[in-house]
Amino acid sequence: MAFLEVRDLVVAYGAIQAVRGVSFDVEQGQIVSLIGSNGAGKTTTLRTLSGLLRPVSGTISFDGEQIQKQPAHSILSRGMAHSPEGRRLFARMTVEENLRLGAYTRKDEEGIAKDMQRVYDLFPVLGERRGNKAGLFSGGEQQMLAIGRALMSRPKLLMLDEPSMGLSPIMTQLIFDTVKELRSEGTTVLLVEQNALAALGLSDRAYVIDLGRTTLSGTGHELLADPRVQEAYLGEGVGAE
Amino acid sequence: MSTFLSQIANGLMFGSLIALIAIGYTMVYGIITLINFAHGEIFMVGAYGGLATLTYWVPTAVVAQWYFALPIALVAGALVAMLVAIAMERFAYRPLRNAPRLAPLITALGVSVALQEAVRVFYPGATAAIPFPPLFLDGAFVIPIGDGVVIRYTGVLLIVVSLALAFALERFVERTRLGRAMRATSQDRDVARLMGIDPDRVIVLTFAIGGALAGVAGVLYGSYLNNINIDMGFQNGIFAFTAAVLGGIGNIRGAVVGGLVIGLVRALGGQYLPGGTAYDYVWIFVVLIIVLVFRPQGFFGESERVRA
Ligand SMILES: Nc1ncnc2c1ncn2[C@@H]1O[C@H](COP(=O)(O)OP(=O)(O)OP(=O)(O)O)[C@@H](O)[C@H]1O
Ligand SMILES: [Mg+2]
Repeated sequence: MAFLEVRDLVVAYGAIQAVRGVSFDVEQGQIVSLIGSNGAGKTTTLRTLSGLLRPVSGTISFDGEQIQKQPAHSILSRGMAHSPEGRRLFARMTVEENLRLGAYTRKDEEGIAKDMQRVYDLFPVLGERRGNKAGLFSGGEQQMLAIGRALMSRPKLLMLDEPSMGLSPIMTQLIFDTVKELRSEGTTVLLVEQNALAALGLSDRAYVIDLGRTTLSGTGHELLADPRVQEAYLGEGVGAE
Repeated sequence: MSTFLSQIANGLMFGSLIALIAIGYTMVYGIITLINFAHGEIFMVGAYGGLATLTYWVPTAVVAQWYFALPIALVAGALVAMLVAIAMERFAYRPLRNAPRLAPLITALGVSVALQEAVRVFYPGATAAIPFPPLFLDGAFVIPIGDGVVIRYTGVLLIVVSLALAFALERFVERTRLGRAMRATSQDRDVARLMGIDPDRVIVLTFAIGGALAGVAGVLYGSYLNNINIDMGFQNGIFAFTAAVLGGIGNIRGAVVGGLVIGLVRALGGQYLPGGTAYDYVWIFVVLIIVLVFRPQGFFGESERVRA
């Protein structure tokens, strides 16, 4: 059984079915991407995995246990952290308070201090401005903090929803390098991206979600080479390279 | 001059009482954006709870010593009010958590009426005002300015207890892990859940704190005025709600400042403005309107709430 196994997930907002059949696997230690166009259902899928939404049907098993009926706060304690789309920092709190909230469920003060230092090592700009309000930071800095905040719970699985949104190419590169670094340290990453080219390049596995369904899957390189993917999702990206 | 200073003192006394009630309005609004119109009744229930404890459960010899009676009554009033507030959240508001905004608002009015009627029907003699024992040193000291400014000890107690509790609460919210969880829940509930925070527990905590403070206010009010009646919640609830809006709803410091401003406007307006105390609501709402015209978010409010 895979580390994270999603089967036939169906999720609705009232009468609208946003996810109509999503299935995928994530193996431990991998980076797995979900790609797809606007409104395909990627964010809805992640919000369901982390317990913010209840699926209509389907199963989610994580680390050997079914979690689709668990509330969000207990899913975090099982080792799944979610950095949401649009970063959603606590804008009126400082960098340090945001990180402390990321570690909310932990009681080991020493470990928390160590992990906070690790975030500051990963992103030195956060360390320099740890007393500043998060709302004052630039988009890239906010993304760093959002990732740092999610790391503070020491997740086994880190879910990132569009970490490159609105970032410059250099900043995007930095974020993706960080994601690779996290994988090399043993963190499993589930990545949702519109920037399919960059995401597929670093993914061990990837899935295409189209109109609420997983339609294609393969290794990152297989999908990069797939003409259907190239046509639908890489058109602009390849041209711009 | 001495009249003026006396009214300032009265204003601060009444204002700190209103501040204590206003904190409950503002905290609940900050977390679940509900104007809990029943909060005034929690204040009233706290006063009756404190009085019942002194009247029926504590030996008269003990009540006669203020240093026993005061802490007993404050704790009892706070506990009763807190329990009623927690029950109100659990049974009246929680089932409506995802309902349209109007539903909990109407429910709040219903809870308000239900609490008043419950006390009227079940508390012996509550159909009329009931005497409330003084819980502190009787008497007053005189500041020798002009004809002398008389300051009652009970009034000083009221200011000290209210401001100390408000200060402690602000420290709690700013400095502790649970306080941080409350702020996080108020800023973005979904993301708070992603941090492992259980919003239900934060919401209960919020009602509990607001209820306990209102209960303390109820007992202090009884001890200050020496009688209580079942309308006290409605009357002072309106002042407190106005204080919360004036200070910037959702903001604890704002509630305290708003309460003090309302206390001062009421005391000075009653003394110096045409119509006297009969028009106190008028002057308070005039101030509210003027402030909201120039600063719609109140003294300390955020100009735009950051929420999803
Ligand atoms: N809160 C909501 N209420 C109703 N419909 C919603 C809600 N959120 C999303 N939807 C709809 O569900 C569908 C899937 O949205 P979702 O946000 O999951 O897509 P996405 O793949 O993340 O898109 P994007 O790449 O633009 O972020 C869309 O049609 C969207 O309009
Ligand atoms: Mg999305």
